[in-house]
Amino acid sequence: MIPAAFEYYRPKDMASVLSLLEEHGDDARVMAGGHSLIPMMKLRMADVPHLIDLQDIEGLSDIEIGADTIEIGAMVTQMDLISHEGLADAAPILRETALQIADPQVRYMGTMGGNVANGDPVNDMPGLMQCLDATMSVIGPDGARDILAREFYEAAYMTAREDDEVLTSVTIPRPKGGHAYEKQKRKIGDYATAAAAVQIVKENGVCTSASIAMTNLSDIPIHSPDAEAALVGTAVDDAAIKAAMQAMLGDIDPSEDNRGPVAFKNHVAGVILRRAIERAWSRA
Amino acid sequence: MKDEVTRDERVDNLKGMGCSRKRVEDARFTHGKGNYVDDVKLDGMLFGDFVRSPHAHARIKNIDTSAALEVPGVLAVLTAADLEPLGLHWMPTLAGDKQMVLADGKVLFQGQEVAFVVAEDRYAASDGMEAVVVDYEELPVLVNPFEALKSDVVLREDLVAEDGSIPDGAHGSRKHANHIFTWEAGDKHTTDEVISNAEIVAEEEMYYHRTHPCPLETCGCVASMDKVNGKLTLWGTFQAPHAIRTIVALISGMEEHNIRVISPDIGGGFGNKVGAYPGYVCSVVASIVTGKPVKWIEDRMDNLMTTAFARDYWMKGKISATKDGKITGLHCHVTADHGGFDACADPTKFPAGFMNICTGSYDIPTAFLEVDGVYTNKAPGGVSYRCSFRVTEAVYFIERMIEVLAIKLNMDAAELRRINFIKKEQFPYTAALGWEYDSGDYHTAWDKALKTVDYDGLRAEQAQRVEDFKAGKTRKLMGIGLSFFTEIVGAGPVKNCDILGLGMFDSCEIRIHPTGSAIARLGTISQGQGHATTFAQILASEIGLPADSITIEEGDTDTAPYGLGTYGSRSTPVAGAATAMAGRKIRAKAQMIAAYLLEVHDDDVEFDVDRFVVKGAPEKFKTMKEIAFAAYNQAIPGMEPGLEAVSYYDPPNMTYPFGAYVCVMDIDVDTGVTEIRRFYALDDCGTRINPMIIEGQVHGGLTEALAVALGQEIAYDDMGNVKTGTLMDFFLPTAWEVPNYETDYTVTPSPHHPIGAKGVGESPHVGGVPCFSNAVQDAFRAFGNTHTNMPHDHWRIWKTANELGLHD
Amino acid sequence: MSNKMHVKFTVNGKVEEFLAEPRELLIYTLRERLNITGPHIGCETSHCGACSVTIDGKSVKACTMFAVQADGADITTIEGIGGPDDLHPLQNAFKEHHGLQCGYCTPGMITRATKLLEENPNPTEEEIRFGMAGNICRCTGYQNIIKAIQHAAAEMNAAKEAAE
Repeated sequence: MIPAAFEYYRPKDMASVLSLLEEHGDDARVMAGGHSLIPMMKLRMADVPHLIDLQDIEGLSDIEIGADTIEIGAMVTQMDLISHEGLADAAPILRETALQIADPQVRYMGTMGGNVANGDPVNDMPGLMQCLDATMSVIGPDGARDILAREFYEAAYMTAREDDEVLTSVTIPRPKGGHAYEKQKRKIGDYATAAAAVQIVKENGVCTSASIAMTNLSDIPIHSPDAEAALVGTAVDDAAIKAAMQAMLGDIDPSEDNRGPVAFKNHVAGVILRRAIERAWSRA
Repeated sequence: MKDEVTRDERVDNLKGMGCSRKRVEDARFTHGKGNYVDDVKLDGMLFGDFVRSPHAHARIKNIDTSAALEVPGVLAVLTAADLEPLGLHWMPTLAGDKQMVLADGKVLFQGQEVAFVVAEDRYAASDGMEAVVVDYEELPVLVNPFEALKSDVVLREDLVAEDGSIPDGAHGSRKHANHIFTWEAGDKHTTDEVISNAEIVAEEEMYYHRTHPCPLETCGCVASMDKVNGKLTLWGTFQAPHAIRTIVALISGMEEHNIRVISPDIGGGFGNKVGAYPGYVCSVVASIVTGKPVKWIEDRMDNLMTTAFARDYWMKGKISATKDGKITGLHCHVTADHGGFDACADPTKFPAGFMNICTGSYDIPTAFLEVDGVYTNKAPGGVSYRCSFRVTEAVYFIERMIEVLAIKLNMDAAELRRINFIKKEQFPYTAALGWEYDSGDYHTAWDKALKTVDYDGLRAEQAQRVEDFKAGKTRKLMGIGLSFFTEIVGAGPVKNCDILGLGMFDSCEIRIHPTGSAIARLGTISQGQGHATTFAQILASEIGLPADSITIEEGDTDTAPYGLGTYGSRSTPVAGAATAMAGRKIRAKAQMIAAYLLEVHDDDVEFDVDRFVVKGAPEKFKTMKEIAFAAYNQAIPGMEPGLEAVSYYDPPNMTYPFGAYVCVMDIDVDTGVTEIRRFYALDDCGTRINPMIIEGQVHGGLTEALAVALGQEIAYDDMGNVKTGTLMDFFLPTAWEVPNYETDYTVTPSPHHPIGAKGVGESPHVGGVPCFSNAVQDAFRAFGNTHTNMPHDHWRIWKTANELGLHD
Repeated sequence: MSNKMHVKFTVNGKVEEFLAEPRELLIYTLRERLNITGPHIGCETSHCGACSVTIDGKSVKACTMFAVQADGADITTIEGIGGPDDLHPLQNAFKEHHGLQCGYCTPGMITRATKLLEENPNPTEEEIRFGMAGNICRCTGYQNIIKAIQHAAAEMNAAKEAAE
């Protein structure tokens, strides 16, 4: 498996990245950890005449935990998320999710930016970012702009990021309440058969807010306000959870693959969602 | 001379049979100094790679190589047209069929080799492949053997006469253009009669899905033609280097002495590396054409899609019994999907391998087996993936039929097995389908297994779990998987086992050096089994020199004696026997030397651990080290100098290792996720040479069994596209998915094997697959399940639960 | 063919400098250009871990990285972990506890295990299984690999304690 020939660039600053993107247009791609892109290039399913490696760009690898928000640079790896000391307290769902992505070696290379920016529906972070109501920061020829994660994904591999823009960071409000990232997969290294990200706030035994999104059950991640609404104001009892499952079922649109047919995925989506809600609720 | 060490210490010093000697292979592997075929690097070496068909069935209208030849670094592009003048565009298969080396007018499976690009490096080869333009005309695709037998679409026009009639194949008459053979064993008439008159009959259809051995190292070779000396050297991933040399000689016309085949370190075989593949032929041709060494290494997709699938058996069974559970008859029909060419790696007379071991461990008075081989638009292969020839299929079949019968009888499946086992006193036992089982003590093994796992306690726990499930207290069911298997390994007697006419003996050649160390060369080749360690142990015990002083060498046809290689658990039964026999020849001569040195008659000395002693006077002795030196420095009257021996061993019978396995599994009914709580494996492989290595083989075989039972498959869509071409979708379990195994053993030596050993490498796979599968099926027994097909991945288990009404 | 680029990195303590096409994968650089053949190629899609090396303190699958990406990096392969005169406890433990059979996965397995024990010097069985899940072995069923890593960890911890 040998990729087609390409030109490689490793610019030192973002301005150079942007000018390379401008110069080569559709023929150029930026690369973070490369663990999605390089296999595709080796299989010659992705043709990238100009490859721009972001590893030398300053300022993309920081995790900043503020009073109200957490900003995670695009080049922060899954391993960084797992081993960061403050993050486990500030947003434990990030660690819980990162641990369920791929395997140790891939987590050392796989980045937040690479995971969210491609628009690959199999990736876990997009669903999580929607759950956490993240804001994606991108920079392009016309300057920087922010896009809500919940508005970022348009179709498989199609996002609100323009081809000449680069994702620089994601920012999330500090999550509140209990959390869970529940994922069913066939084995380590597999993508989700179904996965659910849930963040729930409990006050006096009642759910006051809920955030729910699911992964790999459509061509984009599925954030479900209806499922959230089904929980808010309830004691997250069986009826409420069933209502949330029902709402989610209306939002997802899985397709058959080697992991199983549609009926199975719809069923497992509900089961996984229930488990995520129950676990998050127990931690709330 | 007074000995300073005790006899026990002398035994220990040998590190002979029965001890867990650490492996001598490991030093190089743990240092990264193994030498696998892709590590071979020769001056001026070129790289070859295949343009492969994207279609499963298509006519090739044109191949345009001109653009590829313009790619810098590309030296040649071979097509069938280039090979035809040499008569090498097709090659014989091990199964009596022939196979296209490069697509000759059409392709029959996705991934088939169409053109071979030869270039200065792998980058140029890859670019060259992209530049070859092939014009295909797609043809209707047949991926189901039952449909293939009804279809007007002819896959192999070369096997249909001009008048449309169907000539006989290598194994007799053919019923249809897409039919390969019918193979029968047993007594059809009596079996039908017994079954139709039986008190109880259970029937089941089961599909043993297509899978793949998928060793971590793919197949590959380096061919180097030395035109000056007329010598060809071929390094490769060959489980049978001598057979490969003979095949190369037969198809190339070169004389065998001018061909040197070397199997270097092999990164796992599991059956994948038994056959001869187009890559080998093309590399040899390319080396002859260019005069330079040519390397060809499969990538993982090539490997999974084209070389050596396993299984793909559609099995239909009937089993009859009395009301109290005594089995009276067994009927089995198999529709075997062989893909586009019949390239099964079986002994010549056995087109369905040893499928006729399907009466298993049971005393079944009458049985009949019929196998129909069928062509489809899938990759050729049909290798024995970590088992003797088709034995995994046979054991899966009988171990499922036993469970199905137990359900029909409303009887405990462990008890049903017990009352039908062949009894210890019945050995040697001739089964209804012809095999003579050498030895066994099934009841002892079974009782030990059931007692160790507290079988009754497990059943009680399971019953409680069913109650809890019905009461809504849990969503997890518990399955208890049982399996009792008998393997048939060590092919085999030359009288009925050959490959391409080569009798399946094996060999060992020993040379004792003057200072009392030795080298032994064998016709086999290790792929991880640790031959360099264990064969030295056999010899140490036989000739009384320390295993640490004995080098074992395999895999170079210029130096090793002729042998048929390593697969089908045949190394210990056949080459291990040859080793012991050659050792005994050494010992016989050593006895005469010792007697001469001790100045007594030959009959007055006897062998004792590491020496010959004068009978009745143990203080008078000559060590084997002393004897070795004497063989080279004493002129002994009537005796040639030196101390060497060779043995070619033709086993009188196969060996029949057996075992008793129990698996305890929890199943999440809502997601189909399985969790193995416990796995107990008792193996009886006869005499145990190295318990550490046996245990390692069992762990590995069980893990491959787990993979096959729970998810590993080569799946095709209706268009013949392979859906599982990478390790994302082809299930190889990681450490996270694999349980700890409990291993145990009994020892029932083989009566006909020189050291009583039977072979073990494949037993755990053979016994493991039905055990895992039975655990899944058993979990649903209380809810009416009789049988569901493997692989038991999440969605298929979920489907079973769903169809049984276990979801809301 | 594209322009060759200058690459300089350190492998097992030795500086290597060469010109390479950008598409040259690190695993081929190591194996074919530098004759460091310990890391192997198993799956080519970053699933099996046979090609595992350590790059700047990270466990990396060298089949999924271009050599140019590693420009400036410090790389360790199995060849740099220990030799006959300075055997690493893991190398010894794999042999002592039969943690290998065909040996093909072993260099990647041991290389990854060195890093695992750096991350977590005293791992439980579950942590080893999880931490080694990026490395596939087809022969051993992992049981003895885990045992080997446990024993190596104990030996390394004891040596550390003795030194303190």
